[in-house]
Amino acid sequence: MTDFLILLLTGIFVNNFVLAKFLGLCPFLGTSNNSNSSTGMSLAVIFVLTFASFTTYVVNSLILKPFELEFLQTLVFILIIASFVQFIEMLLKKYFITLYQALGIFLPLITTNCAVLGVALLNSSKNNSLFEATTFGFAAGCGFALALVILTSIRENLHDFNLPNAFKGNAIVFITIGILAMGFMGFQLIGK
Amino acid sequence: MQLVENLKPHLAKNNIIFAQSLGLCPALAVSNTGLNAFVMGLLTLLVLVLSSSLISMIRSFVPHQARIPIFIVVIAGFVSLVDLFMQGYFYEQYKLIGLFIPLIVVNCAILASAETMASKSDLITSFVQSTLAGVGFTFAITLIGLLREILGSLSVFGFKLIELNGILIFMTPAGAFLALGIILAIINAFKERENDY
Repeated sequence: MTDFLILLLTGIFVNNFVLAKFLGLCPFLGTSNNSNSSTGMSLAVIFVLTFASFTTYVVNSLILKPFELEFLQTLVFILIIASFVQFIEMLLKKYFITLYQALGIFLPLITTNCAVLGVALLNSSKNNSLFEATTFGFAAGCGFALALVILTSIRENLHDFNLPNAFKGNAIVFITIGILAMGFMGFQLIGK
Repeated sequence: MQLVENLKPHLAKNNIIFAQSLGLCPALAVSNTGLNAFVMGLLTLLVLVLSSSLISMIRSFVPHQARIPIFIVVIAGFVSLVDLFMQGYFYEQYKLIGLFIPLIVVNCAILASAETMASKSDLITSFVQSTLAGVGFTFAITLIGLLREILGSLSVFGFKLIELNGILIFMTPAGAFLALGIILAIINAFKERENDY
């Protein structure tokens, strides 16, 4: 239980996937302009990251490692992730139609979210166990969701400010993320 | 001269990073020094050109419904190639960039170029277009890298300018976001001045 909590807290706060490791930035920027899409994206990412790290771990340790095919990792992982996302999409459409509608377009887009492939590759390079790998995936997803929710609420308030013209658009968003990242740097002391 | 004229919009106005906000993960993560950023830019350029050319060659055999998985496999193949090449010949540099070389697969700029351009145009067009876009990407990422290196450690490509400590925040993740924000604001200011005249 303590292991689980430590992994979870480091994943969410200390090594936040977006703010400290730069993974998954494209959807982070793309969906943070309104709260509906950001909630959908957060849920979808937590879901896919957790199960994708489980699946890639199983394939990696049962197929790639015994046959010494580790050089194929990138190729195999991205195929697993793509087909896994497709599979989840069909499953949700059949059995959980409300969740499917809430996630909408964001589910297929997750294939090209580098956080998913990043988690799979990090798990394999760190030699994580099955439990550690799945927890790491879940924590990474929660970290992404937390950062996304914070940024969305800041961006919604930014509309009310009278900004200099040059800073309008993405420029101010990056500076906001930068300040947010500075805040999260404070958590790095926890790990020491 | 024609080539220079064609390249111009890819450096700022249509730049992959500055204008389209694609390929941001490597642009921020590997831009802590000018050299790292430049190497990452070159590798991305290589994968972009090779995969766009191959996709353009096979475009008539690719069934429309299955195109995305096929494109991803082509890109992933070239990325594995580049990954093994770096591991074999430039191991020191490989260790610095590390995880972000395999992650070129999910650089949305490459998939976007395959989907919007290479799958519809002939070999020469897609070769030229992807080269231009890739050079634009290399330029942008090197610019971010240089800015961070100059401000963060007061050096250019590893050569110290002054023996002092820089603004350390620019070497941290937070500084990467700030640097990109500042560059975007400067580009916006220039655009606005152009519109005024």
